[in-house]
Amino acid sequence: MTTLSKDDTTLIRLTLNGREVQGRASPRLLLSDFLRHELGATGTHVGCEHGVCGACTVRVDGVMARSCLMLAMQAEGAQVDTVEGLAPQPDRLSVLQAAFRRHHALQCGFCTAGILMSLDTLLRDEPDADRTRIEEVVGGHLCRCTGYAPIIDAALDAAAELRGGDHV
Amino acid sequence: MKPAPFDYIRAETREDALAALSEHGEAARILAGGQSLLPMLNMRLATPSVIVDTYRLSRAAQIREAGDAVEIEAGVTQARLLGWDGLAKALPLFAKALPWVGHAQTRARGTVCGSVAHADPSAEIPLCVAVLGGEVVLSNRRKSRKVASGEFHIGMMMTDRRDDEMLTALRLPRAKPGEGYGFAEYGRRHGDFAVVACAAKVTADSITFGVGGVGDTPVVARWDALDGSALDDALNACAWGLGARDDVHADARMRRDLVRGLGRRAIEAARREITA
Ligand SMILES: Cc1cc2nc3c(=O)[nH]c(=O)nc-3n(C[C@@H](O)[C@H](O)[C@H](O)COP(=O)(O)OP(=O)(O)OC[C@H]3O[C@@H](n4cnc5c(N)ncnc54)[C@H](O)[C@@H]3O)c2cc1C
Ligand code: FES
Ligand code: FES
Repeated sequence: MTTLSKDDTTLIRLTLNGREVQGRASPRLLLSDFLRHELGATGTHVGCEHGVCGACTVRVDGVMARSCLMLAMQAEGAQVDTVEGLAPQPDRLSVLQAAFRRHHALQCGFCTAGILMSLDTLLRDEPDADRTRIEEVVGGHLCRCTGYAPIIDAALDAAAELRGGDHV
Repeated sequence: MKPAPFDYIRAETREDALAALSEHGEAARILAGGQSLLPMLNMRLATPSVIVDTYRLSRAAQIREAGDAVEIEAGVTQARLLGWDGLAKALPLFAKALPWVGHAQTRARGTVCGSVAHADPSAEIPLCVAVLGGEVVLSNRRKSRKVASGEFHIGMMMTDRRDDEMLTALRLPRAKPGEGYGFAEYGRRHGDFAVVACAAKVTADSITFGVGGVGDTPVVARWDALDGSALDDALNACAWGLGARDDVHADARMRRDLVRGLGRRAIEAARREITA
């Protein structure tokens, strides 16, 4: 059992995109704010802070999670993956990111980090995900710019490429 | 917005959680999947002074088949139940309703017991528990008690849980041959809370019909195997009896219409599925 009083802070250690990192948190600090303000990982965006928009979606221990609905305390010892970890090299995009670029699947880009994390997780867990599955998962996100169609096209294209097929 | 300050206790086991509740009682709030509590903390609709984090219980939490019941322990996530390979056979109503509970991203952390404890009147899980006639297991440090779901949900977000108790498990009767199940819902968007949700369990000579989203708690009616206009009349009387109100999502008249239409759809779907 771990306890932390409201006026105290503690050291949180976690693995962010494969690297061990640490920062300080008080009990009420949200994981989204810990990532952005403590660790400086500002790729994860914050829209609504009540779980609805999906902008803050990250991967925690292999599953999608709204980082605005987690306390930093809950990520102690966890494997956290964010949009910063998707590109295989600084000058190369992942297959999914490249598909987003080709299909113009972002305009302002505010929603993009969260959608990429959901889709990256889906395509890892279910390489055969079809349009229905992809639409279902994108349904957990709000995008005010694109009208979603290019996002779905990009995801289908990336899924086909990852399966070793042709671009659609 | 950000949560107001609180003391944090991370429970590694059920015993840790119950000890914390017995010490802090009313001041404490259990954190399960956080998919309802964190929004409430962020919006400061809830300002508990102590948070008892039970998320780590998820690792050991079980879905257990015990005779003619299925027991779902606190900590089992909605995603895990949806992925359980026994689901379609043992709990067909949950197989139909769970995809309507939020989004893949919220089901990944949100728990089954957390939804029952939260007692939102539009929530699908409490509705299904009510139609199945499930039981809630409540435990404090010394003892456990079982409460029928109809007695557990006493009002909008109000339950029979005492301050030192935790909902430790949910017990649901397994589906039996000769039963069929149906579920139908209308919401503004898929994944949003239901404006009206209807669930039905039918046999050759009975209908158990439940409505969520209209009353303060799920409402359950039991009828003979009504058909045709007799079924329309029963659904109509049920729709009027719910005391539907107007809000931004739908007015009372639309809600009554939805109960009649979705109700029939759920019951007919259930009838097509009666198992031999
Ligand atoms: C975008 C979004 C969409 C959603 N859509 C839906 C929807 O369509 N339908 C739906 O039903 N829900 C929906 N939800 C809520 C659902 O995701 C939650 O998972 C569920 O309501 C609560 O479960 P939880 O495990 O997350 O509990 P928490 O949020 O951790 O807790 C909720 C409440 O229950 C209490 N509690 C939790 N576990 C216990 C326990 N074991 N014993 C005693 N008290 C306990 C907590 O103290 C708290 O008061 C949605 C949420 C979001 C963010
Ligand atoms: S900021 Fe987390 S879902 Fe909107
Ligand atoms: S690209 Fe602007 S919100 Fe999605």
